[in-house]
Amino acid sequence: MLLIACPFCGPRDETEFRCGGESHIARPGPAETVSDERWGDYLFNRANPKGVHLERWLHGHGCGQWFNVARDTVSHRVLAVYRMGDPPPKDLTP
Amino acid sequence: MTAQSHRNPTGGRIDRARTLGFTFNGRYYEGHPGDTLASALLANGVHLVGRSFKYHRPRGIVGSGAEEPNALVQLGQGALTEPNVRATQAELHDGLAAASVNCWPGVRWDIGAINGLLGGLFPAGFYYKTFMWPARAWRAYEWFIRRAAGLGLAPREPDPERYDGTHAHCDVLVAGGGPAGLAAALAAGRAGGRVILADEQAEIGGSLLAGGGTIDGRPARAWLDDATAELAGMAEVRVLPRATVFGYYDHNYLGIAERLADHLPPAERAGRARQRVWKVRAGRVVLATGAIERPLVFDGNDRPGVMLATAAQAYANRWAVRVGDRAVVVTNNDSAYQTALDLSESGVAVALLADLRAEVPAALAQRLSRAGIEVAAGSAVVDAAGGTRVTSAEIRRLGADGTTLEGPARHVPCDVIAVSGGWSPAVHLFSQSGGRLRWDEAIAGFVPDISRQAEVSVGAARGTFDLAAALAEGARAGAAAAHAAGFGDGTATAPAANAREVIAPRPVWRVPSAGRGKAFVDIQNDVTAADIALAAREGYSAVEHLKRYTTTGMGTDQGKTSNVNALAILAHATGTAIPAVGTTTFRPPYTPVTFGALAGRTVGPLFDPARLTAMHPWHVQAGTRFEDVGQWKRPWYYPRGSETLHQAVARECRAVRTSLGIMDASTLGKIDIQGPDAAKLLDLVYTNAWGGLEVGRCRYGLMLKEDGMVFDDGVTARLGPQHFHMTTTTGGAARVMAWLEEWLQTERPHWRVYLTSVTTQWAVAAIAGPNARRLMAELCPNIALDAIDFPFMAWRDGTVAGIAARVFRVSFSGESAFEINVPSSQGMALWQALMTAGAKYDITPYGTEAMHVLRAEKGFVIVGQETDGTVTPGDLGMDWIVGKKKPDFVGRRGLARADCKRPDRKQLVGLLPQDPKEVLVEGAQIMADAAAPPPVPMEGHVTSSYWSATLSRSFALALLKGGRARHGQTVPVHAYGKTSWAQVTEPIFYDKEGEKLRG
Amino acid sequence: MAEIVLRQSPLDHLSLDARAVAEPGPAGVVAGERRFVAKVNLRGDPADEAFVKVAKGALKVFLPTTPNTVDGKRDRYALWLGPDEWLVIGAPGTEGRLVADLRKALDGIVAAVTDVTEGRTVIRLSGVHARETLAKGCGLDLHPRAFGRGRCAQTRLGKANVILHQLDDAPTFDVYVERSFADYLWRWIEDGASEYGFAIVAEPIMAALKARRATR
Repeated sequence: MLLIACPFCGPRDETEFRCGGESHIARPGPAETVSDERWGDYLFNRANPKGVHLERWLHGHGCGQWFNVARDTVSHRVLAVYRMGDPPPKDLTP
Repeated sequence: MTAQSHRNPTGGRIDRARTLGFTFNGRYYEGHPGDTLASALLANGVHLVGRSFKYHRPRGIVGSGAEEPNALVQLGQGALTEPNVRATQAELHDGLAAASVNCWPGVRWDIGAINGLLGGLFPAGFYYKTFMWPARAWRAYEWFIRRAAGLGLAPREPDPERYDGTHAHCDVLVAGGGPAGLAAALAAGRAGGRVILADEQAEIGGSLLAGGGTIDGRPARAWLDDATAELAGMAEVRVLPRATVFGYYDHNYLGIAERLADHLPPAERAGRARQRVWKVRAGRVVLATGAIERPLVFDGNDRPGVMLATAAQAYANRWAVRVGDRAVVVTNNDSAYQTALDLSESGVAVALLADLRAEVPAALAQRLSRAGIEVAAGSAVVDAAGGTRVTSAEIRRLGADGTTLEGPARHVPCDVIAVSGGWSPAVHLFSQSGGRLRWDEAIAGFVPDISRQAEVSVGAARGTFDLAAALAEGARAGAAAAHAAGFGDGTATAPAANAREVIAPRPVWRVPSAGRGKAFVDIQNDVTAADIALAAREGYSAVEHLKRYTTTGMGTDQGKTSNVNALAILAHATGTAIPAVGTTTFRPPYTPVTFGALAGRTVGPLFDPARLTAMHPWHVQAGTRFEDVGQWKRPWYYPRGSETLHQAVARECRAVRTSLGIMDASTLGKIDIQGPDAAKLLDLVYTNAWGGLEVGRCRYGLMLKEDGMVFDDGVTARLGPQHFHMTTTTGGAARVMAWLEEWLQTERPHWRVYLTSVTTQWAVAAIAGPNARRLMAELCPNIALDAIDFPFMAWRDGTVAGIAARVFRVSFSGESAFEINVPSSQGMALWQALMTAGAKYDITPYGTEAMHVLRAEKGFVIVGQETDGTVTPGDLGMDWIVGKKKPDFVGRRGLARADCKRPDRKQLVGLLPQDPKEVLVEGAQIMADAAAPPPVPMEGHVTSSYWSATLSRSFALALLKGGRARHGQTVPVHAYGKTSWAQVTEPIFYDKEGEKLRG
Repeated sequence: MAEIVLRQSPLDHLSLDARAVAEPGPAGVVAGERRFVAKVNLRGDPADEAFVKVAKGALKVFLPTTPNTVDGKRDRYALWLGPDEWLVIGAPGTEGRLVADLRKALDGIVAAVTDVTEGRTVIRLSGVHARETLAKGCGLDLHPRAFGRGRCAQTRLGKANVILHQLDDAPTFDVYVERSFADYLWRWIEDGASEYGFAIVAEPIMAALKARRATR
């Protein structure tokens, strides 16, 4: 069970959170200008890296806040935790 | 027959003052507190404990702890029975009843033993080869196999025992209470850290319990007593005996299975939890899990009486049991020399010690010869003769390369062969933690190499077999772990013990055969050296394939004693180096954990929360049948007398249509939305426009996912210019709240909107029917109720029956209806007042089933019933709710895809069965052509289907390809082998103009 | 017109009062329900000086900005729930006044005031084994070195979402739970605490016990 440091509440068990998948995906728009291909990409295509993955998590059973996690998908090590809207930290070595 | 024929009168860690009676295979024996079932059986001279899995060969006790592959027993009876318990870990208690597993009809005369004579039928992969042809005969084979193979029997009754579970946190978790673990716990505890020390045995001490040696100049056992006393006195140290660290998960999260009451007779367990699982988050972990001795692979090495040398030594020293009358010891390393001496001292005649190594440790050999024990250097046991007990060992000299035999055979009569094939560090937990192993030539075993988590292995678990070095490692690791948590300076003084010179073991993975019997590698799964060689020849050269093909390393022991031997033999057969072959993956649990312990208290009424409304006690008293909707208990229907579901629902529906019904609608999700941008949020998540909604009015909304598919629906009311009250489906409340928060926090963080769940703040009673307004008029003096002042889809604040209330004019039944929201604590009062005042209208409580019928008559959809994540608003005929002029809403772009505009999409229709008495099956498939041969193309399915008391006939809702253009057609509907016919109609069957609900 | 029954708390149907004892004796865990405590959810931006100032003026309580802490006095205090969310607690019956005062004071300021008194109840749990009882179903580290008096947390207890608030070193905890989960959570606590000796006390006694401990 992962131990995730909520940027607001501190370290909590993974079961208090929900993983919302890959982060930093911009919603394309306005709708009329978006091709089917681009829209399909936004809806369905996600990175699946072996290594550092930037993803967003919700502290649903705690403060209710969304935030970003940089996680190594091999070791499950959490390399960084940062708030929504913040850019990912520069130096993320697994 | 109660004499403990092989128990010595003194010595051991047993309490001779008390005698415990027990039975094994129906026969009565006695033992003492401190005994395991295995030690007590051996004290009574019983070695034969079971039959092997495949060949049904007689088998005896091999080990003395978790590594035991053979001595699996069925414990207890009836609901309390437990299969496949290791006799070596089952603590004896008075009245314990144990029986052999895997022998039918009995352990001495076993019908399956014929398999042993037909051994050629059971080669490696025998399931895959033998029973595949003819395919239809498998059922016959299977009956026989299931009967003859397999292990113990699961109880058929519910488990009456109580289990528990708890979370725990510590700075340092020490797994294993042997010398290294104790040193670690002492060092960490003295520094002030929070420590948990867990050991699987009843007594802390590990190898110190069975061995000799001195620590700090005193007998090791005296040091052990002081160490445990000191730990017990430390406030922040928790010592858990009978507690197996069974799993090492991510981020230093570990599982410990603690046996609290298994060692007690059932009568003394009352009210106590039998077992408890600890879920521990540890700052640092010290793995002091010891090492497991390996057997040697020689012909006949599975005969009862052939056992691990450490086990023989432990039975002698810890339990004062003579494992036989005459022993042969065979070893490839130094450790068994002490075993030979200890056996001899305990009264077992040791005929000979055979050392595979040509060069033997001189000092030890000298001590043996002083004790009158012959040491045969460069020799091995090559065959064990006997039936239900070993009778003699055949000794031969080994050739220089270990693959040939030299010289004459010597047959040495014996009833015990104590075997040591070297040591495998117990790296299971380390490996589970994600750490990488390294093959260590010096000890001929895998040792921890690269860590992935905050842990360190110490002592025998990392191949440090010397007592002094193990103590030092433990103390160092404990101090460092505490220091990392901010306690102490990271240093500790280790207790002193005499260091010993160790001569490297001689790995001879397959002792050459003298040409007769089977040499077993995995004794639990009956996998022989020949099976592994055969599998290698057949191409199963990868260790993971070998495991699955031969079943080596499977079963309840997961190959604790066999894995290294198996992969070494595989390496030899394929001409590969052992490190290149690698090991199979170690997975939790280390030893089996009962389902009861894993479930803990999460059983019965505590399995899942039952969410209750404020009116729940009333429903219970009324004899309501409940339906689970998510975690909510919702009234399903209210039978009167002996009414069936069908009768009750018909009556409840009639009441709503003709007079007055009342429903508990408290479970609907409710979200309070406040802020200057509240309306913008609604515009984003709903398909329709919200800016123009007046305060005092409500509007129905549909939420889509980005792909354009319906996600949830509900009515939202405007409470103020910047204040809304949203309702969601009962099951969707949490989902919708999270959805809104996600949009706000991740996509629109600059919007000034706050959401608060108020689902349970309000209790809601919905009254519906032609008399609803009359009842309201009586109870609600301060709201103008006529249809002009209080129109459909409006809300008003006022009082109902004297209770402050917010009343919504919404209707899911199609009748004139009021949803009365009051503070939850007054929900019961409101309900009772409505029931009392409504009596003159025969007010009738109705449940979810009647609600479903009523709304289906009106063609109102239920998200999750008419929709399944592939349905658009257009599919439901609800294009009217999709804002054409809105620049954006969630799902807008998704709906614009060509696929969402296909005319042959599945669309919502009504169905009227040709037989008006037939209620179609929900989920029934609508076929393109009833006469077509299978597979028949399917065109849609029935989503809702009921008997309508109002229409006096059956009806249904369905999703049908191109359905809107097919009204009037008759279609075949198929379920459970039966085809019915139904006419496609508009999906509305009652009050098409909506006059009743607006009226 | 029907006679109006009294307000009902979500645990009334368990008739806890009938099982309540005057003196809990050696019970390791003592528990009871704190009925109808006023609870008001407050949202706002702590970086907005006007919001902070006005909220404090209306509440006479500081809104804690240190995560998982509680600030205030005996009859009115605020629990930190999130970076822009607090739960304001008051004596039973004061919620209407609290909401009105806050809304009036915060007029024109971006904030949200929501009465959640009815949506939740409070189970008070005290005694030498209260911590172990909670640990059976709560993954938080409740050890005095990690938690303690004046701390609060939104977390899971068994299968219910709760807010924990530690009031003293007895230790005594207030467990806030959604009213629909209250029946489940009470049963869960009683079942888990039974091995330590469990006593139910009525609300005034609970308060008295707490006071007695404080003077020890």
